[in-house]
Amino acid sequence: MNNERRRILKGAGAASVVTVAMAAGLLKPGAAWAAAWNKAAFEAKDMAGALGGVGGAGATASGQITVKAPDIAENGAVVPVEIISAIPGTERIAIIAEKNGFPLIADFGLMNGAEGYVSTRIKMGATSNVIAIVTAGGKTYKAHKEVKVTIGGCGG
Amino acid sequence: MAGMKIRASMAGDAAEVKALMNHVMETGLRKDAKTGEVVPAHHITNVTATLNGKVVLDAQWGGGISKNPYLAFKVKGAKAGDKVKIETLDNKGEKDSAEATIG
Repeated sequence: MNNERRRILKGAGAASVVTVAMAAGLLKPGAAWAAAWNKAAFEAKDMAGALGGVGGAGATASGQITVKAPDIAENGAVVPVEIISAIPGTERIAIIAEKNGFPLIADFGLMNGAEGYVSTRIKMGATSNVIAIVTAGGKTYKAHKEVKVTIGGCGG
Repeated sequence: MAGMKIRASMAGDAAEVKALMNHVMETGLRKDAKTGEVVPAHHITNVTATLNGKVVLDAQWGGGISKNPYLAFKVKGAKAGDKVKIETLDNKGEKDSAEATIG
């Protein structure tokens, strides 16, 4: 009985070693994968965690950032959002939806000629601000636009 | 999850790259309407774009990007004939990629 238990425990141990090895293999810096995934920031359930995770806690409001999004989104599952930063040397643009279950949506690194511009479609669980956090020259800036959501897009 | 499409064209002195990806983008917060159980997270976590092999965009995504993601960006200094490649990785280790020539 006891032997059987030991055998099972050993087996479980070996399996977890394999899992860890596989995870390590996946995370090995491959050809193009420069960055890992900022789990803490993306899984933060509050604004403080999301903002802090992208270094935007002390961001300064800037009129040089445009957040283009509809005033009213009938379908919160698909809200088109365009962020345009005219701040010279824009190197990062992060997008946050204030009232989402996980507020941080995306964090874009821009380099080698990429302009301060990204366009995508996001999910919004409720009416709230879409916030852009822009990093340029080691400083962070922010801008926002409110989107009224008729039907939430996060399910649940 | 394969089946990404890219279009790249010159607009003034910059190339505009538009990509349409094929992914369920599950947040991990949504509950199945029938079973009431939480649907596990399954979404793209990393997107890398290169122009002639040089990284121009390196993004991290959460499940808040809409299903079948759309992404557009602009690159200065690009010209017609340059090659654009986009690669994605999701939280289950699945990869996808697509290439296009700037027209």
